Amino acid sequence: MTGYLIRRFLQTIVVTILVTVGTFSLLHAIPGGEIRAILGVRATPAMIASTAKQWGFDQPLYVQYSKWLWQLLHGNFGYDISVHAPVTTLMVPAAVRTIVLAVTGTLLGLVVGIPLGIYQAVHRYTAVDNVATGISFIGYGAPTFFVGLLLINWFSVEVHLFPLYNNANPLLSQPTALVLPVITYGFVAFALWSRFMRSSVMDNIIQDYVRTARSKGASERRVIWGHVFRNSLIPVVTLLGLSLPAILSGAVAIEVVFNYPGMGLLFVQSALSTDIQMMLAITVLTTLLTIVGNLLADVAYAVLDPRVRYT
Amino acid sequence: MAIPHTEMSGAVVTEAAPTAPGGGQISAKPRSLLRRGWEVFAESKLALAGSGFVIFIVLFCWVGPHIYVTQQVSTPIENAYCTPGGAHLLGCDNLGYDTLGRLMVAGQNSLTVGLLAAAVACTFGAIYGAASGFIGGLVDSLMMRIVDAVLSIPYTLVIIVLVVIVHPSTLTMIGFIALIYWPQPARLVRGETLSLRTREYVQAVKVAGGGRSRAMFRHIMPNAIGVIIVQATFAVADSILILSLLGFLGFGLPPPTTDWGSMLSQGLNFINLGYWWLIYPAGLLIIMTCVSFNFIGDALRDAVESRLHRR
Repeated sequence: MTGYLIRRFLQTIVVTILVTVGTFSLLHAIPGGEIRAILGVRATPAMIASTAKQWGFDQPLYVQYSKWLWQLLHGNFGYDISVHAPVTTLMVPAAVRTIVLAVTGTLLGLVVGIPLGIYQAVHRYTAVDNVATGISFIGYGAPTFFVGLLLINWFSVEVHLFPLYNNANPLLSQPTALVLPVITYGFVAFALWSRFMRSSVMDNIIQDYVRTARSKGASERRVIWGHVFRNSLIPVVTLLGLSLPAILSGAVAIEVVFNYPGMGLLFVQSALSTDIQMMLAITVLTTLLTIVGNLLADVAYAVLDPRVRYT
Repeated sequence: MAIPHTEMSGAVVTEAAPTAPGGGQISAKPRSLLRRGWEVFAESKLALAGSGFVIFIVLFCWVGPHIYVTQQVSTPIENAYCTPGGAHLLGCDNLGYDTLGRLMVAGQNSLTVGLLAAAVACTFGAIYGAASGFIGGLVDSLMMRIVDAVLSIPYTLVIIVLVVIVHPSTLTMIGFIALIYWPQPARLVRGETLSLRTREYVQAVKVAGGGRSRAMFRHIMPNAIGVIIVQATFAVADSILILSLLGFLGFGLPPPTTDWGSMLSQGLNFINLGYWWLIYPAGLLIIMTCVSFNFIGDALRDAVESRLHRR
């Protein structure tokens, strides 16, 4: 177990280095780059050269990378020239808002999806199962922004049930405005979890230990909740870790639709104004969150499932 | 979908028969396996409905424009916002384009990008994964860390950066989506390869003096093809959704090229004006196409798994 953890941790470092090298070179491949974005299209070559020298953009890419990485190791995500502030002043509050949205949305998806998935697996091919399957497939197939805008139209515009999110006010002063984004989020997440739980339970229900439990006279309730449910939950932990990038990706569409000032919206705005430092910082932060999440999920998996033996 | 399947299974027979005892019996077996797979697939009414819808939508997009002829390049502006009925069965959009005709043209782009991106991603991913699993050791470890790295960056962020760097067209869009999608099939096929490479018939290739690439392309890949096709089916739906999200965020195919996602997000600007024909047809087509591919993928997975269980 300790050996596995050490190896897993070393792998994580390799992945982090690959990701930072990849995103750094990718973002610096943007034509014109940062300087163009700051100085505008009318900048003369002399102006560009002097600004590049001032900010160190004339240095070779690997020098820029190592300097940037050195700063990153000290917790400095970079300096945003276009807003003249450290990247973190905008990014950290946005990250907090994204995490609030993603966590509540995912929790909603889990709370609805997992019991539903179990019910579907136990009562498979019944009317309820088929209807739930249909709805979850729509959750898979519908573009998130479409779902979000329909909800806005129905519940904010036609029926004034939930107000629209207002950027100017603090996040927690308008909890009702958070309902629709979270529901949109939860709808997509519920589709994933109910489908996954359904197949996970169906895999477990044919296992020998279930037959043993039944033959020992355990009630159906005890078989499902005491044995099948707990075993079916194990792969959910892994999938939760693996789906972190998808969770953060999903936030982009929802934040744009609801004008929710999280990292996704910030990233789209930075992309439209080629704000490279901000894009770089957000990509690295989300990736680090994902990598740490995956590591935690793997460790949790090894702890939860005694059958897993890592050597 | 069925055609490569048949060919590949055929290849297995001719290659495997001489090395296996009782070749006559085995040469009859794959066809029955395939038939059994088909029976499992056909058991799912949803999958049949999905296949039917995919055939319909392909005809709609490519044959439709020859039957329902509309002007999709230049357009009389006085037609703008015309209501459904008469010469324009589904009305016109804000520029006077006939909506039904535009849905066909947009569908060509959505489906082309979806199908080709899925094909490219899964082909490359499959070869990568098979090579990684087959070579093993340090190379495998490094190749898989690259996969981890790509998987841990939220895909929307990467694709937005790519679209900012290179101006999007149908062709580059296929490349971009493939670029962020290939790690998933790669990981799956690697897992499959790890279990296949210990089989007798793969070992027999080595004994008989066949090279690594022969074992990989003639024996491992054909046997992993089921997993690859299932993944490719889901990839089509995912690619269509990614393309539509990009259209919504303003990074989609530039006009006059359009896709369902761009049409939908343009139509959503008029959501409060009652121009339902600009919103719901495009939205429904995206949802139904993606749901259909998901239905097909689900049933194919069941079919492939039943094949694997009886192997």
